[in-house]
Amino acid sequence: MTAAITDYFPLRQGRAHEVCGAGAYGFACALAGQLGGNVMWIREDWQPELLNPEGFLPFFDPRKLLFAKGESQIDVLASGEEALRSGAVNLTVMELSKPIGLTEGRRLQLAAEAGKSTGLCIISEGMGSNAAESRWRCAPIFDPADSTLIRWEIIKNKSGTLTRWDLRWDAETRRITVVSKAGQRPAPAHARG
Amino acid sequence: MRAVEGPFALTHHHANTDRIFCLNEAAERQGLHRGMGYSDARAFCPDLQSYPANLQEDARFQRVLARWAKRYCPWVGLEGEDGLVLNITGSAHLFGGEDAMLHDMRARLSRAGFLSRIGLADTRGAAWALAHHAPGIAPPGQSHQAIAALPVMALRLKETVSTSLQRVGIRTIADLVAVPRATVTRRFGREVLLRLDQALGGQGEDISPVPDPPSYQMRISLPEPIGLAADVQAGVERLLDPLCARLKANDMGARKLELTLRRVDQNAQSVELRLARPMRDPHRILPLFERGIREVDAGYGIDQMRLVATQVEPQPARQITHVEGAPTDKLDDLVTRIGNRIGLENVQRFLPADSHIPERSHIIAPAAWSEPAGGWAVVRDRPIRLFAPEPVAATGRTPPRHLRWRRMALAVERVTGPERIAPEWWLPDDNWRSGVRDYWKVETRQGRRLWMFYTPQNPGWFVQGEFA
Repeated sequence: MTAAITDYFPLRQGRAHEVCGAGAYGFACALAGQLGGNVMWIREDWQPELLNPEGFLPFFDPRKLLFAKGESQIDVLASGEEALRSGAVNLTVMELSKPIGLTEGRRLQLAAEAGKSTGLCIISEGMGSNAAESRWRCAPIFDPADSTLIRWEIIKNKSGTLTRWDLRWDAETRRITVVSKAGQRPAPAHARG
Repeated sequence: MRAVEGPFALTHHHANTDRIFCLNEAAERQGLHRGMGYSDARAFCPDLQSYPANLQEDARFQRVLARWAKRYCPWVGLEGEDGLVLNITGSAHLFGGEDAMLHDMRARLSRAGFLSRIGLADTRGAAWALAHHAPGIAPPGQSHQAIAALPVMALRLKETVSTSLQRVGIRTIADLVAVPRATVTRRFGREVLLRLDQALGGQGEDISPVPDPPSYQMRISLPEPIGLAADVQAGVERLLDPLCARLKANDMGARKLELTLRRVDQNAQSVELRLARPMRDPHRILPLFERGIREVDAGYGIDQMRLVATQVEPQPARQITHVEGAPTDKLDDLVTRIGNRIGLENVQRFLPADSHIPERSHIIAPAAWSEPAGGWAVVRDRPIRLFAPEPVAATGRTPPRHLRWRRMALAVERVTGPERIAPEWWLPDDNWRSGVRDYWKVETRQGRRLWMFYTPQNPGWFVQGEFA
């Protein structure tokens, strides 16, 4: 594994990216924490799941979070475009329930470029759009000694290689730490849990 | 409030006791009167229904009524707490004479459910006397005769003064006129004669009309119809500048703006703009109109534009200091833009709340009407996603070794807990009917980290959230 995570994360600014998998929310939160600044989180209003700001606390300050509910995916995309274009927020997270076409994907890219901010679409597996700058698959993995271990995998990348890392989130410094491959991994001094 | 049958009174706490402030005819027939102690009134009339008077609302309503009365004449002032005074000089003929005007007034008021007493005379004092003691019209030049037979009370005198006048035998206004003036002033002060002169016209008296509330609207008529979005935008700019100047002069900020574009074919189109913060800066408001203007169908052209601030809020001038955080103008504008598409109340933010119940540990507030608040503190790990509790087949007080959740077979590897959370019994909540909950953080071999709880009083296992 030669590629350093710092080359890929935080994600390239002025672009829209995609993330899928069970750890997608954690990925979005980690990104929000790394980018700093305000975050706009947009989803459709029928989504029954609640975001829990208390759970965001280890990642970023919930005061920086604005949360918008659109009636349909069109609303979500349109609001996301506004947010990206305005440049008032550093990160715009959109939860998408349906695949988006090339046109929508390209519009997001243009808006992100205009506002110099980062866009992130949370999608279901296998639903990605070709216009995305990169696509990540994130999943929590079990580790006998650590309960924050996650696997981040780039499954599409327009400007780089596909790689994967096992990482850990450090809540105190609010940053990610790459964990070396299983087997060579030293056990953390104090097992969190 | 609904209408009531039988004796009814409004009460007001005054001079250390509840007194009757206002009462209806049925109550008056029972022998009650204004200013009477409420407990006395209850003793006289056990089935008296009452309600506390709301003086502020009354005062507000009096102003509303004053505004309505401007349909009769421009010169409308307030008279005491329960009256209006109108100077109808020169406007009575518009309604077909004084009689017809008063008739119209009475009819409209009674249709709205008011009992009115109206007096009309040459002077304000005489009109007051008539309204309070003998409602009707005094023909021009005959005010003196009209009020001569009325008691001295009708001269707007203090209770004590009029009582002492009556003690010396001066009961009516005619009696008072007959007495030598010098003696009256010496015994009762200047007020009595001043009031008398005002009523008879010897002394002038002004009406101070209620000022119109400032109106925040601007209009422009165009000699030639326009149709280009850029032209409309330029027109809006022209309207915005004076409107914002007026807002600034009154220390107000617009919260909601409505732009009405009238087309040549008399059709009107309107664009509504709801702002995330009260605002009066034309350079910031103008770009926010862009999207709405683009959607307008200009048809054969627009020849009149009207801009109204339909909702305004006080926006006092603010001292800019270095202590204050970074300006949030850009963010507010973003909230406005998104809010105008999906509804301003749908752009929200989380505020901390003081509760152990996970669903109630935060409040969701519209971003446009709240400020980000601090005070977030969590002692224990909390999931980033919460859902409605999903039942899982399991028994026992400790988490099961294997579980099926959302059609996934998961093997439990490590559990952390329990953390007992008791329901807030002082708030009824159907979701917490099953009693206390023991929360566990459950880590599975497959990776998923779930937040599960067990309800010991009502045995069952549920998944309520997922950790990052």
